[in-house]
Amino acid sequence: MIPALRRYARALTRDADIADDLVQDTLVRALRSERLFLGGDVRSWLYTILTNLNKNRRRSLARRPPLMPLLDNNADASGTEGEGRDIARALSTLVEEQRSVLLLVMLEGMSYREVADIQGVPIGTVMSRLARARAHVRASLDGERPALRRVK
Amino acid sequence: MTDPKIPVTEDELHAYVDNELPAERRGDVEAWLAAHPDEAERVQSWRAMAEALHARYDSVLDEAVPKRLEIERLVRQPRRWVYGAIAATLAAFVAGGGVGWIARGVAAAPSTFQSFTLDALDAHRLYVVEVRHPVEVPGSERDHLQQWLTKRCGWDVRAPELAGLKLVGGRLLPGPSGPASFLMYESTSGERFTVYTAKAETEATQMRYSLQGGDGALFWADRGVAYVVSGGSDRRRLTQVAQAVYDQMEKSGG
Repeated sequence: MIPALRRYARALTRDADIADDLVQDTLVRALRSERLFLGGDVRSWLYTILTNLNKNRRRSLARRPPLMPLLDNNADASGTEGEGRDIARALSTLVEEQRSVLLLVMLEGMSYREVADIQGVPIGTVMSRLARARAHVRASLDGERPALRRVK
Repeated sequence: MTDPKIPVTEDELHAYVDNELPAERRGDVEAWLAAHPDEAERVQSWRAMAEALHARYDSVLDEAVPKRLEIERLVRQPRRWVYGAIAATLAAFVAGGGVGWIARGVAAAPSTFQSFTLDALDAHRLYVVEVRHPVEVPGSERDHLQQWLTKRCGWDVRAPELAGLKLVGGRLLPGPSGPASFLMYESTSGERFTVYTAKAETEATQMRYSLQGGDGALFWADRGVAYVVSGGSDRRRLTQVAQAVYDQMEKSGG
């Protein structure tokens, strides 16, 4: 459970220390409010806490400009990198909700239903976020596509 | 199955890749993809994307979990305790995460904390030195002691069971705003701890530590009752005792 939470947090934040801070806060908060947990899936519950904590964290960082929500703004591409870095870079271009959906479904293997519960939105919203996230990441990974500018 | 009648939607393509599609529809989608190479390529790219994600992040699963994330470590702080009390102690422990602690309830006004703590420490100093008459009702009459104090004080007074400590007994005291109950415990080595409770204005507070003249006290309030656990200057030891008291009050009151 904890290794998977760490993986999700790492991909979500793209920073190992911030990710582990998030996991720690998640666990502490979960333990602290265990009595508030009225059945259900513990795994989903932990991912929910982590997702919300990260949202709060990002809100507190709002003074920083958002991380390149559009590919066209991705002006800091610095040459060729391995596939791992590319996927991380592509993730960084997603807005938070889309990144979260993408990771929960594709990396953590959650069902749409679980993701809908975690994000507190209808399944339809999960699916549209997922579709947009996939299209966006695909475009980001595929520098050859004429519709996109690859900044060198 | 080369010409499925029902058109395949974008949602269905995603559901297909994510194994969310009803089994009976999979054949249709596969047939449709066979006839639409561009779409098939797109679906394939999603699979590659998932592989890239796993290739990039699965190594985290094999890393040793850092000590600070070990659940045993975190559990060692009992939950309710963690929730409300010794926020200060834990602040250093959690502060790194940038998520502030929300203390349970508002901190008591300094005057409440001070007056209760001073009264409790006065009683503590006055009675712990007594050899022959430290208490009015001896610990051997625990049931009677609890009933009597409960009746006089007006809330459920329980003498907690504290590991390694024997209940010497208790007495009734005048408190800041009415009667106060006073319980004394003793270790085999003669170390004494007292538990002072009195009605408080505040519903609940976080824990406060105070050290005065070599005697330490931990104060908190819960459900309108203030608690002060007093003992020696060993803060760690005092915290252990206070924690045990806190936990048992939680259980009995819950």
